[in-house]
Amino acid sequence: MAKLMDVAQVIRSKNSGPFELTFDIIFRTQEDFEDFTSRKILCPELLCKLYHITKDQVLGIIEFPQAKAVKATIVCPWASGAIGERDVYGAQQHAPLMELEI
Amino acid sequence: MKEYRILSPTGIVGYGFPAASFEEGVRRCPDLIACDGGSTDPGPYYLGSGNCFTDRTAVKRDMEMMLLAARKLDIPLVIGTAGGSGAKPHVEREIGVIREIAKEHALSFRMTVIWADFEKSYLIDKMNEGKIHPLGPVPEITREDIESSTNIVAQMGNGPIMKALSEGADVVLCGRCYDPAAFAAPPIMKGYDPGLAIHLGKVLECAAIAATPGSGRDCMMGYLGEDYFRVEPLNPIRKCTPLSISAHTLYEKSNPYLLPGPDGVLDLRGCTFTEDGERGCRVTGSKLDTSGVRTVKLEGTKCLGYRTLSIAGNRDPVFIAHLDEVLENVKAQTAENFAGRDISYELNYIVYGRDGVMGALEPKTEITSHEIGIVIDVVGRTQEEANAVCSVARSAMLHYGYEGRIATAGNLAFPFSPSDIKAGAVYGFSVYHLLETEGETHLFPSEKMVFKAGEEI
Repeated sequence: MAKLMDVAQVIRSKNSGPFELTFDIIFRTQEDFEDFTSRKILCPELLCKLYHITKDQVLGIIEFPQAKAVKATIVCPWASGAIGERDVYGAQQHAPLMELEI
Repeated sequence: MKEYRILSPTGIVGYGFPAASFEEGVRRCPDLIACDGGSTDPGPYYLGSGNCFTDRTAVKRDMEMMLLAARKLDIPLVIGTAGGSGAKPHVEREIGVIREIAKEHALSFRMTVIWADFEKSYLIDKMNEGKIHPLGPVPEITREDIESSTNIVAQMGNGPIMKALSEGADVVLCGRCYDPAAFAAPPIMKGYDPGLAIHLGKVLECAAIAATPGSGRDCMMGYLGEDYFRVEPLNPIRKCTPLSISAHTLYEKSNPYLLPGPDGVLDLRGCTFTEDGERGCRVTGSKLDTSGVRTVKLEGTKCLGYRTLSIAGNRDPVFIAHLDEVLENVKAQTAENFAGRDISYELNYIVYGRDGVMGALEPKTEITSHEIGIVIDVVGRTQEEANAVCSVARSAMLHYGYEGRIATAGNLAFPFSPSDIKAGAVYGFSVYHLLETEGETHLFPSEKMVFKAGEEI
């Protein structure tokens, strides 16, 4: 089965301010973008499963056709710089999405 | 309407840029050189401590090239979020850098410094009036949050920069600033469309990050027309495409269509992105909605304690199999060691090879690596307290006798001596809120400085 990283040219995570973590998936082709979005693969349930979070921590999922992109935002599991934090920029939280089977 | 040309040399003052790209930008006769100086990305430490995450020598190199070019072309230079965080100590460092450059090159110019620091008593009054609101998933602000913060700043918008320019400033050095404002305020003052100007500023504040291949330390040129803007990287190895520019509007934002800022909400729902020549992208349709309540974003951080940490590796399959037990018991032994004493701390482990990067978010539960890295992270009320706890936890882990132990000399490979690193004060965000305003210009006081042949008069 194909993985998301086979059809996406960008899969990234990044803090959006110190308290939100946002994921971008940008597809290579219009077909792959439409296939992925029409099947609503990226949904709150999936994010909860991939990141061990609850639905109220999913802040939004937005399609951005101009860039063949989908964006999802969750509550940052730790505030940037908080004690016990792992990733100040939030830039290395994307890997579970790469391996997502689609 | 003549195109307004903006040269953006680099993502953050001090990140550097290739001289050839910059020279090409200067050759294109810009109307403005603008550069962002900061970010909250590097975390809360810098705002709270007053230290800069950018290096002074690297900042001086960039600032010198920008200032000399701006003076030669006789165009404004606008620097946003000076010194990385834009509070008084950060801005003061950059004033010192500019003073040195002015003297070394006997420059003459007028500079306006715009401060972004907020008085705690003012904010407590505003809190009591119900004018301060949480920004995203943060709690309501409290008096304690305000009082315990070391520095509190707000992001200024276009108003204070436009005021400084209209009063004759050649150089505008801003404290904490909404990133696009340094690029957008000067053309808006000349009558250009605010929606397009702010959207252009959003692209240019990251310099060539929006190009492909991207770079946070290479120059971009922006051209603002009556009903469009164009961007083009100045290094021939890069180009902007409709995809690279539209995708950039997603970057580090929660909603790519509606981007709130101090001057209103930037609405990108009607945008079009098209190719422009060989290496450029043209954008139309960006709009600014000014109908909502005007706000500025407040940022404050407070000291949480002091950190001591120890980094060690382990390459023993038996130890790795018993890792959870070891870590838990070392915590317990450390707590027992200080029981009944006036000592308060947090002891955390970061285990690379297990869940070092993602912590609780990590979906994989098994360790498949032949080796692991352990960071023992202690935060105490004082440095001495953190040192003491880290030393006990580190030695307890080094010699911990787990079941089935074969390697009995020591459990940890320390890459460094000393093994314990005193990391100093730890800061956390205490204020991340919106302050309602009725026009923000008066909230950001400015200070004028005049240099004549390098001397401040």
